[in-house]
Amino acid sequence: MEQVLRTHKITKYFYDPEKFQVLKEIDLTVNRGEFLSLVGKSGCGKSTLMYVLSTMDTDYEGELEIAGERLTGKTQNELAKFRNEHIGFVFQFHYLLPEFTALQNVMIPALKLNKYSRSEVEDRAYEKLKMLGMQDYAKKPSNKLSGGQQQRVAIARGIINDPDIIMGDEPTGNLDSYNSNLVFDIFKELTHTYRQTIIAVTHDVEFARNSDRIVEMSDGKIISSTAATLAGT
Amino acid sequence: MKLSLEIARTHLLSKPKQTLVAMLGVTFGIGMFIAMVGLMTGLNNFTEELTMTSSPDIHIYHDITQDRPTLVDQLNPTGINVVHHQKPKKETSKLRNALQLTELIRKDPRVLGVAPTLSSQVFYNYGPVQLNGTISGVDIMEEDKLFDLRSKMKSGRLEDLQANTDGIIMGTGLARKLNVETGDRVVITTPEGYTMTLKIVGTFQMGIGLVDNIRSYANISMVQIILQKDQSYITDINIKLHDLHLAKAIAPEYQMMSGYKAEDWETANSTFLTGVIIRNILTYSVSITLLIVAGFGIYNILNMTIYNKMKDIAILKAMGFSGKDVKQIFMIQSLVIGFIGSLAGLLIGYFLSYAISKAPFDGGDFISLDHFPVNFDAKYYIIGIVFGVATTAVAGYMPSRKASKMDPIEILRG
Repeated sequence: MEQVLRTHKITKYFYDPEKFQVLKEIDLTVNRGEFLSLVGKSGCGKSTLMYVLSTMDTDYEGELEIAGERLTGKTQNELAKFRNEHIGFVFQFHYLLPEFTALQNVMIPALKLNKYSRSEVEDRAYEKLKMLGMQDYAKKPSNKLSGGQQQRVAIARGIINDPDIIMGDEPTGNLDSYNSNLVFDIFKELTHTYRQTIIAVTHDVEFARNSDRIVEMSDGKIISSTAATLAGT
Repeated sequence: MKLSLEIARTHLLSKPKQTLVAMLGVTFGIGMFIAMVGLMTGLNNFTEELTMTSSPDIHIYHDITQDRPTLVDQLNPTGINVVHHQKPKKETSKLRNALQLTELIRKDPRVLGVAPTLSSQVFYNYGPVQLNGTISGVDIMEEDKLFDLRSKMKSGRLEDLQANTDGIIMGTGLARKLNVETGDRVVITTPEGYTMTLKIVGTFQMGIGLVDNIRSYANISMVQIILQKDQSYITDINIKLHDLHLAKAIAPEYQMMSGYKAEDWETANSTFLTGVIIRNILTYSVSITLLIVAGFGIYNILNMTIYNKMKDIAILKAMGFSGKDVKQIFMIQSLVIGFIGSLAGLLIGYFLSYAISKAPFDGGDFISLDHFPVNFDAKYYIIGIVFGVATTAVAGYMPSRKASKMDPIEILRG
């Protein structure tokens, strides 16, 4: 199995209001094409871990490696460039830019990457929207879409650059069960059909149980890492 | 860069009202600056021009009121001497060797023209009333070179003065007071009591009441006769330089050379020039205040925009936009606001200036003006746009930097 993400003894402290160790020597490896759920009680450090893994939080000890590249110690600008190319995001809220259409929102990360011509980027964006069943809404302003539709556009935006990893922070946390299932199915398809890797922080038990692997955290440590389908049976 | 431009454009266009208000702030600031600077510098140039027409660049004369060392000082130079109310010595205001001096100065390459004149206080008789005034004995052609008299003639010709030994060219204000016209005769009386009848061959208007209401020109020889002096009697030498700003430096040279007082135009017209300085200070302080107010407007609006767009900035950063990219997006917005706002300001400023220059204005007896003088110098338009864009750049930089420094995690975590 090809490893896409690897950490070595990641440790992090919060200093406000007082010094507090939130992550304790986390060792984690993620394989390509894996759909991983990060679960645990509130305050166990799972979100914090995700932001460290996503390279946005650089204030930690230990080492982080994604797609064979060591990211610890890189500058903010290098990391921004890296995120643009290798990491896609899906948050609890869609965070689409309200002044732009759905299509434009999907195109922005690809235009930033500047690897394809504008027309190619547009074609690719259409393709991703089509994959998510949103091609009919491409020209609509993003703030005129429903919550589920917005989240699907946000997913399309997250995968436009074919990232190595998609990071999800409660991706279904703000959706009704119908849209939750829809998003879940999309994730499943992305991992199994398109070999995308997904790391999702979630509170949704069912969501976690149906993913490939569940990593459970407590008090800043990984307490279990089990193949979910086995746990389900 | 292209993408930043696109995002900045979308931001500006999605809130047209807000963008317009920000632009109008700059527009009014620059517009007022242009109109004020145009009017003020127009007035300054006008007064400077008037000053130039009424006084030579350098004026050499015998200053008989000048302080002189007292006799006691001369005899007892080391002591503490007090002489109360010393009066000037009885001297004539004649310049010795004036004609030789004139020739000497004429050879100086920095000098454009030299005109020896003699002037005296006289009374103009208007029936039983005597009006106070001056008469200047001049070589009218030399005087024309210095003061461009020809263009200021209201009636008659300069040549008529040369042709008539008893001719006189009179200021329009004085002619009006005496109720005379070209062709009439006027009787003048010198302080010594000598009376003479002269013929008015022309009238002139300098534009300054101070001159037009009291002065007349006559031939040198005529004035020498009126004053009962010999042919070498000259009281003043007027000098015009190629570069009038050298006057202050050259005047002391001539004072040394001639032994008489040489006064440059800046000293002679210091009250006028103080007015120029005060007007400049006023113009710039008001304009800068206006622009700073506009700058605060832009700062506020951008700050608000950035506050409203915290989430957008956070997601842009998550997706791979660096702090520099984010700063760029907002700097572009403020510069576009500044540039378009300034351009519109120049246009409004131009129209305001044009309207002012057409507004009727009566200068009264003191100066002859029917419209406000307005300066349309391109220099001020360039200053305006540079200043407008610079102000918005400074005002936009602070909020933009804040946006670029923002930590996206705090916002994305919710």
